[in-house]
Amino acid sequence: MINDMDSQVRPSSQSAPGRRAIVSVRDLTKHFATRDGGELPVLEGINLDVVPGEIVALLGKSGSGKSTLLRCIAGLIAPSSGTVNYRGAPLRGVNPGVALVFQTFALLPWLTVQQNVELGLEAQGVEPAERARRALEAIDLIGLDGFESAFPKELSGGMRQRVGFARALVVNPDLLLMDEPFSALDVLTAENLRTELLELWKAGEFPAEAILMVTHNIEEAVIFADRVVVLGTNPGRIRTELQIGLARPRDRRSPEFEALVDEIYGIMTDRPSAETPPEAEESGIEQVMLPHASVDGTAGLAELVLAAGDENELADLAAVVGFEIDDLFPLIDAMTLLGFATVENGHIHLTEIGEQFAGADIQRSKEIFREAALARVPLVRRIHRALEHSVDGTLREGFFLDLLQRHYSVEEARAQLGTAIDWGRYAELFEYDSARGEISLPVHASA
Amino acid sequence: MSALRGLPGRAVLRRRFSPVDVVVLIAVLAAIYAVLQVGKGLTVSLSPAGVSKVSTDPSHLPYDAARSLLRMFIALFFSIVFTLLYGYAAAHSRRAEKVLVPILDILQSVPVLGFLAFTVTAFVALFPGSELGLECASIFAIFTAQAWNLTFSFYQSEKTLPRELDELSRSLRLTRWQRFWKIEVPNGAIGLVWNGMMSFGGSWFFLVASEAITVSSHKYHLPGIGSFVGAAIAKGDLGAVGLAIGVMIVMVIGVNVLFWRPLTAWSERYRYETTEATEVQRSLVLNLLMRSSWPRVLGRARLRMAERLARMMRILGRDDAPPPAPVTRRRAGDIVYTAVIGAVVAYGGYRAINYVATAPHAGLGEIPHCFALGAATFARVVVLLIGGTLIWVPIGVWIGLNPRVARIAQPVVQVLASFPANFLFPFAVLAFIKLGISLNIGGILLMSLGAQWYILFNTIAGASAIPSDLRETMDVYRVGRRQRWKRLIIPGILSSYVTGGITAAGGAWNASIVAEVVQYHHTTLTAYGLGAYIVQNSGNHARLLCGIAVMSVYVVVVNRLLWRRLYRLAETRYSL
Repeated sequence: MINDMDSQVRPSSQSAPGRRAIVSVRDLTKHFATRDGGELPVLEGINLDVVPGEIVALLGKSGSGKSTLLRCIAGLIAPSSGTVNYRGAPLRGVNPGVALVFQTFALLPWLTVQQNVELGLEAQGVEPAERARRALEAIDLIGLDGFESAFPKELSGGMRQRVGFARALVVNPDLLLMDEPFSALDVLTAENLRTELLELWKAGEFPAEAILMVTHNIEEAVIFADRVVVLGTNPGRIRTELQIGLARPRDRRSPEFEALVDEIYGIMTDRPSAETPPEAEESGIEQVMLPHASVDGTAGLAELVLAAGDENELADLAAVVGFEIDDLFPLIDAMTLLGFATVENGHIHLTEIGEQFAGADIQRSKEIFREAALARVPLVRRIHRALEHSVDGTLREGFFLDLLQRHYSVEEARAQLGTAIDWGRYAELFEYDSARGEISLPVHASA
Repeated sequence: MSALRGLPGRAVLRRRFSPVDVVVLIAVLAAIYAVLQVGKGLTVSLSPAGVSKVSTDPSHLPYDAARSLLRMFIALFFSIVFTLLYGYAAAHSRRAEKVLVPILDILQSVPVLGFLAFTVTAFVALFPGSELGLECASIFAIFTAQAWNLTFSFYQSEKTLPRELDELSRSLRLTRWQRFWKIEVPNGAIGLVWNGMMSFGGSWFFLVASEAITVSSHKYHLPGIGSFVGAAIAKGDLGAVGLAIGVMIVMVIGVNVLFWRPLTAWSERYRYETTEATEVQRSLVLNLLMRSSWPRVLGRARLRMAERLARMMRILGRDDAPPPAPVTRRRAGDIVYTAVIGAVVAYGGYRAINYVATAPHAGLGEIPHCFALGAATFARVVVLLIGGTLIWVPIGVWIGLNPRVARIAQPVVQVLASFPANFLFPFAVLAFIKLGISLNIGGILLMSLGAQWYILFNTIAGASAIPSDLRETMDVYRVGRRQRWKRLIIPGILSSYVTGGITAAGGAWNASIVAEVVQYHHTTLTAYGLGAYIVQNSGNHARLLCGIAVMSVYVVVVNRLLWRRLYRLAETRYSL
């Protein structure tokens, strides 16, 4: 993009030309075991370098394995194959050169701010006096001055996450890992903390050489990063890498910024050829994964798109309803799966049937939904057919769970069945008795 | 906030000694002196006859009570040490877990009072010619009443450690010692304190039962409030019994106010952020302590010690587990491990059955006999539970739904549940003799004296947790009384009620051992039941073993078939 800004993008004085990677990931895959001994791919063929002086954002939908990748780099979990190298040597156990900032802060409520910050130094065997000096320094740097003897309970969310930052930075890590560090904060607090952190980074006072952060917020990624790595889903692969050459501080309203955000929206909603579902009619339950979307949410989005008319940019729609993309994407996926909408270049269009669905009354929209679900959602169709062929129109949910667990993890199998039951109930295709764990045809239909 | 800044300890130096400090200091010194005085008696040699005299002179009562109290706290100390070691091992070793957790589950269901005869003989043999053996046996009995509950609580908190705390510890590469004391123990602290309070209250009963005990023809006594009452009952001195009851009430309340209330209030700081406190715990005593400067002075001394200790314990290594071994090798290890454990269990079972079959005055015929006796005791437990439920659930619900009443009633019921019911036996027995009631029926009442309170206590807790918006909904729609119970109250209190029921049933089984044979003055009443069998055969180890084993089977089977299922139903269907 704008390459003449390159010198300003890397403010850290430690960076030198021909920098060697702090962390390099080579051909990493990660599988989780399913219950019947099968393997469930979460990450596949990941190659990634993080070099001194850069901020990298890992962007992806939920289920893209971005947090798993972060934990592999931290050495908290071992990859199934491939390697994570730290300063050229493959990792065995926990990565000694990183510190981690958690989405949920992970502060120990029984320790004061200072004791929380000292935790890592204590583990290294630093003397108490030196420990206190360095901790106070970090507390000062991160703007927590005056709070060192407070307990986390007494602090607001933003202040708590500052403790999380101070605790991570006090050990002078080579690489700071951040797992959605701002997503538990309200919008204003998050914005403020982001800005302050970037100012520290730009001023060259930052105690870490590089930052790798996981986020599902596209704007946050574009505000923060020098490089955005977009992960696809099922299994997670690196889909695209984008260099962000904009000068800091970045202006959200500048056309370049908006163009970048739209571009990433487009990348994340377009299905690459590998992920295109095969013709829905004869595909199996393992090929079409149900998005975790409720019927109400899907219908709500359909109406919103109908009302928006030509103003159908996803980024704008998300802004209108104040959605994070994690909330929006499952609904979009549900609409495309059901054939109610198509997405192109970050724009969403209702299909003819989608328009009917959005405009219909309750009974009519149920009918449309029923036809669409039977025609295009393999799991719903499979359950319905199995019930019709059963003796009394009733089957145990365990039967379907076993089936699903051949292809999905235990939790995901539950989630898949949960969504299918939700959709099927709405479509009046089947009923569900949660106490007995039984799925059955509706009474009037089974007679 | 900026007032909190400054050099650590500056505030302490600047502060003058306040009257609060003096009060706390005197209280602490007095307590130390008392412990030393009372503790001197622990190793006193036995008189040649092997029995120390027990007097019912009221002037001995304070000393006896103090000895009993000391025993309780020594047992608590050992319970906590055991809990931390056992819970840690069970939670951190996959293979140890497979053995340790079921053992704990069984131990929880075994009637520990039945063991007294075993342990007394063993400990007395360990320290011949000294009261220390008896002392140990008594402390051990109390320990068995406290430890299992605590251990389960700690094990649970270890297994449910929030994932981010585990990741935090590993990513900072904390030492194992640091992880244990900074993360794992604090994370389990609230559970430990609450379960400690409950178990401590329950163990008064065992204290009283274990201080004066007869094994075969030997009568053993320890100075203590339980022996005092025992001697008073033997003499038929109801005045002395009444006095002891008064002292007991003072002790139960005193320990609650001075020890457990401050501890529960203090443990609030160990609540992890994601869980919300239902109500704030307060303690006047804790406030007083915190206002003095002792905590800070001692806190800094403790920090220095802890620092040194932490340095030494670096030797235990860091919290960075190596990658797991290949599955095949692990599986091979598992098979060997399972085989070894299985062989040990099978051999032990064979030996035990063989022992019962071949010992004199025993034989395999004892087993069906015990089951028949057990059925009688089981019938008593069932009647007790039904009666207790019919009486206390409506009352408990009424109290629980009236917050003002609940605030007063809750601590009272807690004291009632802690109060060792065996103190009240003489009065009840006297009444049975006068009215000509057989102990076969009267035993139910004796067993329920201690056990029923758990039903009440938990019902109150469950009812007060029913959200007020649901109750308002019932009002708005004018839901009638019957429907209200069916749709709201019973589902709402079910899980608390099950907890109370299982505790009450366990308490009743244990109580049967002291309630099915009772003495007053020169009269001995005996009921037909397994508890009586265990007491009467305390000298015959084969029969004793058989009796305890059968009782454990009853408890375990009923727990599995009834209580666990009810609890699961309550948790999945009716959780609020």
